[in-house]
Amino acid sequence: MTRVLKAIWPWLLFFGLIAAILYGVTADVRWDAVYKSLPRLFEGALLTLELVGISVVVGLILALPLGIARASGNIWIGALPYVYIFFFRGTPLLVQLFLLYYGLSQFDSVRESAIWAGSHVQTTLDLGFHRWALDFTIPGLREPFVCAVVTMTLHTAAYIAEIIRGAIRAVPQGEIEAARALGMSYAQSMRHIILPRAARIGLPAYSNEVILMLKASALASTITLMELTGMAQTIISRNYLSTEIYFAAGLFYLLISFVLVQAFRLLERWLRVDALQGR
Amino acid sequence: MTFDLNGFGGVLLAGMLMTIALALSSLALGLVLGLAGALAKTSSSLPLRWIGGGYSTIVRGVPELIWVLLIYLGTSSLLLQIGQLIGRPNLAISAFAAGTLALGLCFGAYATEVFRGALLAVPRGHREAGLALGMSSPRIFWRLILPQMWRMALPGLGNLFMILMKDTALVSVIGLTEIMRQAQIAVSFTKQPFTFYLAAAGLYLSLTVASMLVMHFLEKRAGRGFTRAAR
Repeated sequence: MTRVLKAIWPWLLFFGLIAAILYGVTADVRWDAVYKSLPRLFEGALLTLELVGISVVVGLILALPLGIARASGNIWIGALPYVYIFFFRGTPLLVQLFLLYYGLSQFDSVRESAIWAGSHVQTTLDLGFHRWALDFTIPGLREPFVCAVVTMTLHTAAYIAEIIRGAIRAVPQGEIEAARALGMSYAQSMRHIILPRAARIGLPAYSNEVILMLKASALASTITLMELTGMAQTIISRNYLSTEIYFAAGLFYLLISFVLVQAFRLLERWLRVDALQGR
Repeated sequence: MTFDLNGFGGVLLAGMLMTIALALSSLALGLVLGLAGALAKTSSSLPLRWIGGGYSTIVRGVPELIWVLLIYLGTSSLLLQIGQLIGRPNLAISAFAAGTLALGLCFGAYATEVFRGALLAVPRGHREAGLALGMSSPRIFWRLILPQMWRMALPGLGNLFMILMKDTALVSVIGLTEIMRQAQIAVSFTKQPFTFYLAAAGLYLSLTVASMLVMHFLEKRAGRGFTRAAR
């Protein structure tokens, strides 16, 4: 009897869990509310993707010099990036968001400046053969979207810089020496040997960071942005069905992260990460 | 600019204590969940592997903020039903308990992977040696596998704890009076958001530094008797 029990208890546990979840889900779930919320959640998901997309791409560009400076091993070059990275990795994103969005308006000088309010550009660009009438607004940090993008970019840049530093350090010393022996300058060896190599070493960590930023973007809802979580909260404030709507929002996040993971897997295959690790 | 906390320094420090308490209780829950998840994921039985894999995949794919809100707000109707069943009609979950559950759940999902890596890094021969000595399976785990796993899992767990510490700020959303919430309260009185959020950032930084020091000590202690492989 105990032997039978020993063999089947994991199955009992598994089906018990499934049954409990099914019971909990089917008991009195308003599936119609979930179905009705999908278009608006999708709208929120688009904004989430926009936030994450901009911040991880601009963050990568920003992180490149920081990471290279940190990897240089020179204290004078690495000190300032280190302070930056220490601050942004040592404090929660929520604090950083609040510091920028609510905090900056404490200073009158900031509130009156273009950084805060944005500026309206209206000039003509004359290049001799054609004239362009330029008329556009650069939004300032007052806009929650701009504030969220800026904060998330600064935040993720600190993490990506550390990834880049680790990746550069992981490039085998012999390959760098080989590049030098071929007469390449520091810049040339960086461009042709070290960075392409480091990109492949750092890619898995970068994909992790993108997924983490996807999840961190939920915090943008705290500064009144209507991304996936913010949209879910708005819907809930109307119909009070918090379980159903958060569940649906969670499914959206799962779906997005699944797609991102698959995309990075394709990218890794395309860059032939495995074949080039030199193991 | 003068850095004046207008008498709210003590309030912030009280929030810091709450943050530490929340982080430590989530850590305790998360370690248990992580260990269970890793054991399930490396077990020989298929359904347990499904449970472990499902747990770490689903929990890691959904933002921490959603977990916090889901557990705090989403379980209220369920708890009401349970409360009616056991005769306590206004049964509800406190912000601290909800935060601990949510953060522990997330920590456990990541720790599952850390523990799994450490579990696989313990040489097979050690387990076989234990079997040859006639030790039972649980005993092998407690006496041979766990102490060795600990050393290998420690760096990963340290990173996760640092992340956990910063995620405690999320629980301010459901009103727990930790650092962030206290800073918000202070801001609503003094109208000095920058000062107080900067002070909050400073407190988080000091917590990060303190936990880095503790991790360094623990790693040194766990690694005694081991030398780094020569490069």
